[in-house]
Amino acid sequence: MRLVESRATLTISYLVLAIFAFIALFPIALLLLNSLKPAAQIVQNPLGLPQPIRWQNFVNAWNHAKFSKTFVNSLFVSGTTIVLVCSTSSLTAYVLARKKIKSWKIFTFYLLATTTAPIQLYLFPLYFGFAKLGLINNIFGVALIYTALFSPFAVMLLRTYFLAVPKELEEAAIVDGATSWQVFSKVMLPIVSPGILTVALIIGLNSWNEFLIATTFLQKADNVTAVIAFYLLSGQYSSDWGEIMAAALIIVIPVVALFVFMQKRFIEGMAGGSVKG
Amino acid sequence: MHRLYIVPTMIINVVIVLVPALLTVVLAFYNWDGISTPTFAGLNNFRALAADGVFWSALGNNIIWTLIFLTVPIAMGLLAASMLLITRRGSNLLQIVYFLPVVIATPITARIWQGMIYSPVTGIFGVLKKYGLPIPNPLTQPSIALFGVATVDLWHWWGFLCVIFFAALRQVPQEQIEAARLEGATYFQMMRYVLLPGIRPTITLLMIMTVIWSFLAFDFVYILTQGGPAYSSEVLSTLAYRHAFYDLNVGQAAAAALVISIFGLIGTFFYVRIQTREGEQ
Repeated sequence: MRLVESRATLTISYLVLAIFAFIALFPIALLLLNSLKPAAQIVQNPLGLPQPIRWQNFVNAWNHAKFSKTFVNSLFVSGTTIVLVCSTSSLTAYVLARKKIKSWKIFTFYLLATTTAPIQLYLFPLYFGFAKLGLINNIFGVALIYTALFSPFAVMLLRTYFLAVPKELEEAAIVDGATSWQVFSKVMLPIVSPGILTVALIIGLNSWNEFLIATTFLQKADNVTAVIAFYLLSGQYSSDWGEIMAAALIIVIPVVALFVFMQKRFIEGMAGGSVKG
Repeated sequence: MHRLYIVPTMIINVVIVLVPALLTVVLAFYNWDGISTPTFAGLNNFRALAADGVFWSALGNNIIWTLIFLTVPIAMGLLAASMLLITRRGSNLLQIVYFLPVVIATPITARIWQGMIYSPVTGIFGVLKKYGLPIPNPLTQPSIALFGVATVDLWHWWGFLCVIFFAALRQVPQEQIEAARLEGATYFQMMRYVLLPGIRPTITLLMIMTVIWSFLAFDFVYILTQGGPAYSSEVLSTLAYRHAFYDLNVGQAAAAALVISIFGLIGTFFYVRIQTREGEQ
């Protein structure tokens, strides 16, 4: 499909799009370029090519940010959050899609309000409550908080997937003698599994990247997530920007690889979850 | 039996969100350092906020922030999305490119800009200085620190809007576009009469979300300037955070959090109304 015939419009469009692409990529290029340089070279010229290439930055970054520990923490937090969100939200979304609950509007209002309410509204009592229970520095505690924060989004998104499933499928299963749990787990879940995969990706990204909760609830250097380890490294322990950029790259590469690989699901999910189509 | 399926979601949400939120409302009327027994303070926390010049400038900064994000990234997103629609070829790749900043964690984005762009020692601003273009580090200038931070957030953020607008634009009925095209519409006419009206609900929702998110802005301010220099880039959420965890004045932090929440909840009200109304159709 071509929107407009004019050749000039087309040329200008490509030009504008190229400028936007440059804006998006330029800082990322600086990240790549300088992660391979010794600190002195960056001061000389951050735009120059690394000569010689300094792979040692990655080794130093890995050790200083304790990535062999903090990376595992991040994987644990994201993995736990994904499992908890997907299991609880799919149940709730199914009910919201199928049952005519009189109060479902209030319920939806409540869930949507949670997605938009400021974290500060519940952060302080939550923090002091967690402190009382000895849950500070507990990565499972952080995963629980993420579950509460991200599940409303997951419910809203999954509900649209459940709505798309024809009711006849359930009725047929019930006629065959399936219990309501069997209908849900054997019939419905497999059908909406693409939606669950999308939710898992987006929740995984959000919990991997999250900053405010993680920095508040995780304070011991061994217990932090990779992103917080990066934040601490870049703030206090090092002014070697080559090493800092190398640390950044270590965290970003898996995320970017996953995103490029699954971009369609990411984008559809984000668009569908925040602005329902 | 079915209805009980919502119980796990609700338990987690009530414990982690609803109960603490209600406690915040209560705490706003108490003096509390987070450790000893809270004492009733009446409206004192709110009076202290109102008497604090930093609170008002933080509120002002939130409003400036909202105005910036209601215009610049939305315009950028719409412009890029509509041009992706015109060209089509390469639009998939460009979408990935524009979205890349969104998937980079906020501390990393902040450090890239801080060290590799703004810094006069290790960044591009230093290179420019060598060529006789001395631009000061925006993060250390009280007059522009807020804009320096907002620019970083803009870069991180606008691709998200672009991609959502693009998704919405592709839902605009093909016949309308075709009809306009056959009548020889220019790009601007196409935008004005076909595309923008076609995605109005999406624009409205994103604008409401922008207002809500603008009052929640935290990460970049906290990492890049901590609200400084001299509180010039302070926003309500960093002010509340400081009250709670640095001044150990949890009551006042709760009061500030309530102020943020009022703006958030007004936005939420409109957002939810639009969302649920569409859901009925």
